[in-house]
Amino acid sequence: MDAIILQILNGLDKGSAYALIALGLTLIFGTLGVVNFAHGALFMLGAFCAVTLNGILTISHTVIDETRTDFLGNPLKVEVPYIYDIFGETLGASIIDWSVPLAILFAIPVMILIGVIMERGLIKFFYKRPHADQILVTFGLAIVLQEIIKYFYGANPIPTPAPEAFIGSFDFGQLIGFDANTIIYPYWRLVYFGFAMIIITGVFAFLQFTTFGMVVRAGMADRETVQLLGINIDKRFTLMFGLAAAVAGLAGVMYTPINSPNYHMGMDFLVLSFVVVVVGGMGSLPGAVLAGFLLGILESFASMGAVIDLIPGINQVIIYLVAIVILLTRPRGLMGRKGVMEE
Amino acid sequence: MLGLNKKDFSLLLIVALLTMLAPFILNPFPEGSELAQFNAGYPDLMQRFVIFGIFAIGFNILFGLTGYLSFGHAAFLGVGSYAGVWMMKLLTMNVIPAILVSVIVAGLFSILIGYISLRRSGIYFSILTLAFAQMSFALAYSVLTPLTGGETGLQLSLNDPRIIGTSVTESGSIPVTHLFGLEMRDSFELEMGAWLFTFNAGYYVCAVVLLVAFYIAIRIFRSPFGMMLRAVKSNQQRMKYTGLNPKPYTLAAFVISGMYAGLAGGLMVSMDPLAGAERMFWTASGEVVLMTILGGAGTLIGPILGAGMIKYMENILSKINSTILHEWFAFMPDGIEDLLVTLVYPFIGKGWHLTLGIIFMLVVIFLPGGLVEGGQRIARLFRRKKEEPKGPDPEHHPKPAPHVAE
Amino acid sequence: MGILEVKGVNKRFGGLQALGDVNLSVEENTVHAIIGPNGAGKSTLLNVLVGKLIPDTGSVMFDGQSVLGRSPHEINQMGISRVFQTPEIFGDLTVMENVMIPCFARRDGSFRLHAFETVFNEKALVEQAEQILIDVNMIDKRDMHAASMSRGDKRRLEMAMCLVQEPRLLLLDEPTAGMARADTNNTIELLKEINEKRDITMAIIEHDMHVVFSLAERITVLAQGTPLVEDTPENIKGHPKVQEAYLGQAHG
Repeated sequence: MDAIILQILNGLDKGSAYALIALGLTLIFGTLGVVNFAHGALFMLGAFCAVTLNGILTISHTVIDETRTDFLGNPLKVEVPYIYDIFGETLGASIIDWSVPLAILFAIPVMILIGVIMERGLIKFFYKRPHADQILVTFGLAIVLQEIIKYFYGANPIPTPAPEAFIGSFDFGQLIGFDANTIIYPYWRLVYFGFAMIIITGVFAFLQFTTFGMVVRAGMADRETVQLLGINIDKRFTLMFGLAAAVAGLAGVMYTPINSPNYHMGMDFLVLSFVVVVVGGMGSLPGAVLAGFLLGILESFASMGAVIDLIPGINQVIIYLVAIVILLTRPRGLMGRKGVMEE
Repeated sequence: MLGLNKKDFSLLLIVALLTMLAPFILNPFPEGSELAQFNAGYPDLMQRFVIFGIFAIGFNILFGLTGYLSFGHAAFLGVGSYAGVWMMKLLTMNVIPAILVSVIVAGLFSILIGYISLRRSGIYFSILTLAFAQMSFALAYSVLTPLTGGETGLQLSLNDPRIIGTSVTESGSIPVTHLFGLEMRDSFELEMGAWLFTFNAGYYVCAVVLLVAFYIAIRIFRSPFGMMLRAVKSNQQRMKYTGLNPKPYTLAAFVISGMYAGLAGGLMVSMDPLAGAERMFWTASGEVVLMTILGGAGTLIGPILGAGMIKYMENILSKINSTILHEWFAFMPDGIEDLLVTLVYPFIGKGWHLTLGIIFMLVVIFLPGGLVEGGQRIARLFRRKKEEPKGPDPEHHPKPAPHVAE
Repeated sequence: MGILEVKGVNKRFGGLQALGDVNLSVEENTVHAIIGPNGAGKSTLLNVLVGKLIPDTGSVMFDGQSVLGRSPHEINQMGISRVFQTPEIFGDLTVMENVMIPCFARRDGSFRLHAFETVFNEKALVEQAEQILIDVNMIDKRDMHAASMSRGDKRRLEMAMCLVQEPRLLLLDEPTAGMARADTNNTIELLKEINEKRDITMAIIEHDMHVVFSLAERITVLAQGTPLVEDTPENIKGHPKVQEAYLGQAHG
């Protein structure tokens, strides 16, 4: 039992990332009818928003500390972040410590802006083009974005730690009545899961309860009719693209403490997220979320030692295998809508 | 001639001339001159041009004709490579059996994957092929290590149980690949003044195979079968109601293109007997898509052009570094020189992928027909000045682009 | 015995009885029209005939063989060709290629890997295709890109593609739907011409009375999924039941 709970927990963080990326992919696909291969790159850009903010916060100037000396006997030169000068040392240090959560605030406008520019500058011209062209141009864009990041940040992963308060693990098993040390779970992963749930709930609430969301949902169902009603759906869809970009970006921001970001992390997630979307059902938002968590957890189960002993290599292929089976038996995916991308 | 009309035959002839004379054409600058860095007449690079040309020609039979966008074709190339190396380990260092087995194994593998993937179309097909390829890649890296060599890749060793031939040469090393005694690495060097031309046996084997592959592709394009494949792309509904079953046609195209990929894999290991799983990674599949689109999907010469362009850029652009850039712009005043170098630097050397991505996007946005369409547009521009415009071109017939780089 | 025999066909979609006990017989070498107001079940019936829908009960026999459960390409190979509401042609191909494809389909069946022949070396088929293009007055458009033609020409081409197969039954699904009057008249002329030149069996699904009465030899009136009457055009015109079900209504 404890082993099962542990695997479910282990699957949650990856599942959260899959769910968030797949959610954005589905939003874009559902509203704009565009297959966005650059969505993984948006996730990656989000992660680098965190890296950038951390970099900005730690910009320093050199101060000579007369009270201390270095090993040559000269007065010691210390690097002092400007932020210490502004907020004082204690507050400044904790701002730097909390740079990843703070990056959320930084990433939202940046990602929305990137999304809007992307839609207005490129995607807009591809609404009427075949899906193959959409795949190809966004694939090209993904390469470009990835290479730009590589140029500025290098090819190596950049460690971006969580706030000190969340470093380390806790004994989740004991909390729910198991023996000590059976279910040890890192704090940050729980934070990530909670964060993903908040975002997902937020997106659904937004679509459910605001007029904007209502129009978007109507547009997803029948774009032409909504346009006939005289509603400027295009403008809303542009913003929708920005929103989807922000969701992917935030998923990236919060993922940085789990895996140090590198320029190709987006591509790695993209392929799996596409599989997630297909399994969930093209154009179904709940399907995307459900499939994201399901596949994340399934992957985690397949990585258990006992399972690997039984079927070697299953952890590597389980997601693809499930996708193939689903596509062949339930072509619309778990919760797909009728008429979306069918022959 | 050879069952081709005049236009197609001259196209074949042009490709034949270009491949046969490639060691000259690709080495236009004398050794030691500043421009020698743009030469591409090195055996391994020329081999890559031709091998990826074959890969792209095959991919084009599927994507260009039927419109089914496979994102997993690298898997067939990978499988072909493994099969080829195993033939060399077990049977003989002669490349013929290796290449044949590569084609057959890749063909069988593509029947399996094609049969399942083609039950869906559009984006679902793309994702299914992608999933299969990624799965093969993951398996090759993990469970199938005894067959694939895992992370290190599959290579020859000193104790291979080779049935025909020896495990170890007299000098104690691994024997080399050959074609009935003609070693693939054999080269003949010709010095003419300041020029040095290299004629490599392996390259010429690849080139002949390319010509055969290209000839077959032309025949397929002009055949009733090829027409049916274009019908698949154009209107499957009408096709069914005309009494034709699109499924076997598409599957046949899939398998043929898979066999081309296997052929490319077989040739690759014939030149350098080493096969690694990274050849199956999905970015490798993306690369062949890119080559085909860049040259012009659905045209005959396009994929060869695209493959050549990309491999050339990969090799030349990635060699350029900032020192070379400074030399180029040395005639400028210092400030401007530095500025230019800074501006250009991100696009060369390690940044050549950026250039690639940008070119790729530009092509998809502005020139969906690729370089061939670009050439046609330019040609039409010139023709329009001379004569009245004619009706649309009766045949889907790419004009051979005049500036063929390889 | 007609060449096409529909017996006791029922089809339900949930609570809706789309087809109720349909019996229909199309005689060889006649033009048989199936008419009815919108929602009468015409499209459902057509989809049953071409194998797209399988009825809950009943049988559809073509020349003594059941068509039920067969895929569209098999049904075509049995000798049934179909013209669509909006012309379905191979837009990316030339007019000549469009006509060559059915020629190959007729000669070689639903699949053949003829990858090493050359399309235009098939002299017999080329002649056949050229002849049909002459027949429908399109030979001058031979090398045109099919997608670039007018709608009327596309209809003509589609007809040629069906005729070149020499079908034993030609199904036409509202061949004039959405057409301007002039185009409609052209299409009627084309169909009349075809009918005069060839012994052909046609089944037309249509709700435009003008079209029906200028072409049909037999008419079946469908209402609410059931055939009301079947008779000659003259008799149908004055039939009280038909007027009630169809002509009394505003004419769509």
